[in-house]
Amino acid sequence: MTTTTPTLPAGAQATGKTTTTAGRVRKRLNSRTATLISIVIAVFWTIPTFGLFVSSFRPENEIKTTGWWTFFTNPQFTLENYQEVLFGRSSSSGQLANYFINSLAITIPSVLFPIAFASLAAYALAWINFRGRDWAYIAIFALQIVPLQMALVPLLKFFSTGVTLGGVTLMPAWDLVDEQKFAQVWFAHTCFALPFAVFLLHNFIAQLPKDLMEAARVDGATHPKIFRTIVLPLITPALAAFGIFQFLWVWNDLLVALIFAGGSSETAPLTVRLAEMAGSRGNEWQRLTSGAFVSIVVPLIVFLSLQRYFVRGLLAGSVKG
Amino acid sequence: MAVFARPRQALAVAGVLGLALSVTACGTGDDKSSDKVDSAECAAYEKYQGNDGKKVTIYSSIRDIEADRLDESWKQFEDCTGIEIDHEGSGEFEAQLGVRVDGGNAPDLAFIPQPGLVKRFADAGKLKAASADTKAMAEQNYSADWLKYGTVNGQFYGAPLGSNVKSFVWYSPKTFKEKGWTVPTTWDELIALSDKIAASGTKPWCAGIESQDATGWPATDWVEDMMLRTQTPEVYDQWTTHGIPFNDPKVAEAVDKAGAILKNEKYVNGGFGGVKSISTTSFQEAGTPITTGKCALHRQASFYANQWPQGTKVAEDGDVFAFYFPAIDPAKGKPVLGGGEFVAAFADRPEVQAVQTYLASGEYANSRAKIGDWVSANKQLDLANVPNPVDKLSVQILQDQKSVFRFDGSDLMPAAVGTGTFWKGMIDWINGKDTATVLQGIESSWPK
Amino acid sequence: MEFDFADVQPKLLMLLYGLIAFAVVVGGLLLLLDAVPSYFARRHEAQLIAAAANGAPLPRRRKPREGMFAFFFLLPAVLLLMIGLVVPAIRTTLLSFMDGGSRNWVGLDNYAWMFSDSSIIRVLINTLVWVLLVPLVATAFGLLYAVMVDKARFESVAKSLIFMPMAISFVGAAIIWKFVYAYRGEGQDQIGLLNQIVVSLGGEPKQWLLESPLNTLLLIVIMVWIQAGFAMVVLSAAIKAIPADIVEAARLDGVTPWQMFWQITMPSIRPALIVVVVTLSIATLKVFDIVRTATNGNYDTSVIANEMYNQAFRYGQNGQGSALAVFLFVLVIPLVIYQIRNLRQQREG
Repeated sequence: MTTTTPTLPAGAQATGKTTTTAGRVRKRLNSRTATLISIVIAVFWTIPTFGLFVSSFRPENEIKTTGWWTFFTNPQFTLENYQEVLFGRSSSSGQLANYFINSLAITIPSVLFPIAFASLAAYALAWINFRGRDWAYIAIFALQIVPLQMALVPLLKFFSTGVTLGGVTLMPAWDLVDEQKFAQVWFAHTCFALPFAVFLLHNFIAQLPKDLMEAARVDGATHPKIFRTIVLPLITPALAAFGIFQFLWVWNDLLVALIFAGGSSETAPLTVRLAEMAGSRGNEWQRLTSGAFVSIVVPLIVFLSLQRYFVRGLLAGSVKG
Repeated sequence: MAVFARPRQALAVAGVLGLALSVTACGTGDDKSSDKVDSAECAAYEKYQGNDGKKVTIYSSIRDIEADRLDESWKQFEDCTGIEIDHEGSGEFEAQLGVRVDGGNAPDLAFIPQPGLVKRFADAGKLKAASADTKAMAEQNYSADWLKYGTVNGQFYGAPLGSNVKSFVWYSPKTFKEKGWTVPTTWDELIALSDKIAASGTKPWCAGIESQDATGWPATDWVEDMMLRTQTPEVYDQWTTHGIPFNDPKVAEAVDKAGAILKNEKYVNGGFGGVKSISTTSFQEAGTPITTGKCALHRQASFYANQWPQGTKVAEDGDVFAFYFPAIDPAKGKPVLGGGEFVAAFADRPEVQAVQTYLASGEYANSRAKIGDWVSANKQLDLANVPNPVDKLSVQILQDQKSVFRFDGSDLMPAAVGTGTFWKGMIDWINGKDTATVLQGIESSWPK
Repeated sequence: MEFDFADVQPKLLMLLYGLIAFAVVVGGLLLLLDAVPSYFARRHEAQLIAAAANGAPLPRRRKPREGMFAFFFLLPAVLLLMIGLVVPAIRTTLLSFMDGGSRNWVGLDNYAWMFSDSSIIRVLINTLVWVLLVPLVATAFGLLYAVMVDKARFESVAKSLIFMPMAISFVGAAIIWKFVYAYRGEGQDQIGLLNQIVVSLGGEPKQWLLESPLNTLLLIVIMVWIQAGFAMVVLSAAIKAIPADIVEAARLDGVTPWQMFWQITMPSIRPALIVVVVTLSIATLKVFDIVRTATNGNYDTSVIANEMYNQAFRYGQNGQGSALAVFLFVLVIPLVIYQIRNLRQQREG
């Protein structure tokens, strides 16, 4: 994927400078219209979520019988939904804080491991010469399509019965209990995240300037050194970007956690707890209105705090000098 | 893996204390101290002794407060026997159980609400046959009608636990009194009442079959109830085991009988709109128009008692109550459609069998019933221990000698039909497809 | 119950172990790769000195081979991919030739079923509609928005709002859209926004999710709503990364915004565009949660992943579920070919 500096059409160059007053006015108008339109769209985009937000403060009966917009003509405000979600009615399920910590304990390593393994792999696929590397890359890319649902049973078998080949135990069963099960979840999330992570990071790493790499090689730097001192700093924005997406996926995941962590308060993340809150027959879904906002807080903080990396240039490497 | 060792003991104590505290706080617990293993209360658990310190895992679809009630119900058993029961409930139970079993991570016990699923696991060789003790206990406490659903190819796998009665019509005693309507006891009275209400400008029936990934099941219950009312129980059994094809004229007759109500624009869908609104109305809120007088009748199971808006009094003289969905031909007896879960074992360690036996016992049924919102077909269940009026009525019906009980048919059929094409077929049927086409489609999907 | 630190402590400890394991594995690997070659280099030097002292012929310097580095760099990822995805993919392929209980071989029966059952054909068509529309619409929207917001004030607020749907779990999203598409009978209070709008304009409320093929489009709207944030974030970053001097030069040359977009912006962000389109295409092929929570595939809205889950996990039809999964593998082939072409160009370029 080469990107050459676009050459400007001759016609455009011929027109010369247009920094006239009229031009400036038009520019400002343009930027005003752009601001206006983008804000209108953003508001429009947010209306559904806003409806949920309003609903989360309405009493159960109101939510189920009238539209959320009637809140503005007939405001009935309650904190009960939040109270139920935060402090719960079920004694055995414990405090929400527990699930919050479970979510964090699951998410942090599940983001770090794929970042590290994928950037190592992506570097090797992009800059180390070995036979079959293009095919290795294509194979990893294609693995993105494997639906994780189909991987659940074999992976669970891997954990629960270990690996035996021809009567020889290559790996015993993991036999983890309680919070040790987090390790299974990290493992699973890392496996499932790798194809996309390698694909994304390879795209950035492969586009780092070739001269830079060659110069470093000539200076006698080994691959680990180039990786640490040159590549990693340059792809930080890409790592941050992948980190955010992986964080969101893991934080919001239900299926993987359900299988590999189980549903007890010792290991289950927030999403599992929230899904349970709807009650055995799904009739208490008003609690989900507030639950959705409780669980959204952390991802939003992560996004807002990492957003500046995007501005610095997610694809810094994509445009060759 | 010594690094992972943790102070389990201390935690277990903390957990027990916490539970004890919360139980007393709720005021529902009895004031027994939990640390007296040799006290008189424990005498009843003598036959389960000898498994101190062992752990049994249970997996079910029961969550939230109902899961708390479960924990409470076997607490004394745990204290007296020293067996720790670790229950986990999940909304994805049916699918997840299969994944866990195939993945070699099966729970010790599972509360399976579908005899069809019990059969699937039994056929695959995953289930352990129930021990002689469990079998004896189950035979003593449950009728043959129930036991046969826990039996696969002559082998008994698990006793029933909780049950529900589906042949109920919910109504508002208050509205009935105001309008001078009487509770119908025969089919003809029911239809006459429906016509009368329809003539007064209110759509008499309300229904809803939306239930997220299980959408369609309330309609299959309708068909099953009508099968039991238009056909003999034997034909019903043939139908659920594919002894007669799904598009047999007898089935079509039952479906059309249900359609006479469900697809009658004059009758439905009170409070929601026309016939088609049934398929997008969630079953949880389908009965709510009864409380506002926009609908008068709602056929739904006993567990619908928990779905009413807060503050609704569920009692014979209250805001809402249920009456038995009348038989068409009383000479054929009193057909009762119901459901329930079965305690199936994936392990045969002694402590697992002890718990499995205990759950089939009368002591357990009464212990659980006292906590509330629970029905069982267990013959030892004392009506006095059932606090809630609808549950009382359900237990009465289940214990009634005249009742002809049949299990929810869609739970007996292979899952591809019972939780797949039958549900989907009923959605299409509600949305306007004709009976013959729908039944033909379901028939062709039956796994060979 | 009070907040119990004893409950939390083992979890935090476990998290700590995880972080330590991370540091050990990754740090250890890099350290090893650093240390081993320098060890060999030192030994080589020693040999050189020894050889020089003895007057023996100088040993040839053996450089650590590239292949060794590649092996260790790729080792963790490849190992995990083998266990987590390759083995399952092979197993799925094998299962697709077996019956529902995975006991007998049935040849191509499951594939024959897939292409003859009218409801499954419908599923395949729906998936096609999804994969054609979602990447296109979401990318186009994300791109337009990224360009527009680039000049706007309140940029980060606006971007956060578009991005927010990505941060909401599917459990939450399902309820959000329930409040949009919900239906209540005529003459009653609507709780769905869409029907409220229709009613206030004098129309009749509709059961949106029932009407095929409109319902598939409405579900696609949900997917676009969620994924446009992804497209916007990546593309916006790419736009920011266009070197300022190029943009400034063009501006001085007086190009119109239109020319600017097609001749500067588009070529510069092409790699990012490809990433976005490819990623969204694959995500769309595998789309599962939206369909499952909104309609569970009823009313002719099912897609492959949803049907696969139902067949394999709910109906106990492993063979048929696996056959659907294998069909997904086939669908990704065009994207793979495209990637191969890209890679070739890159190597040549």
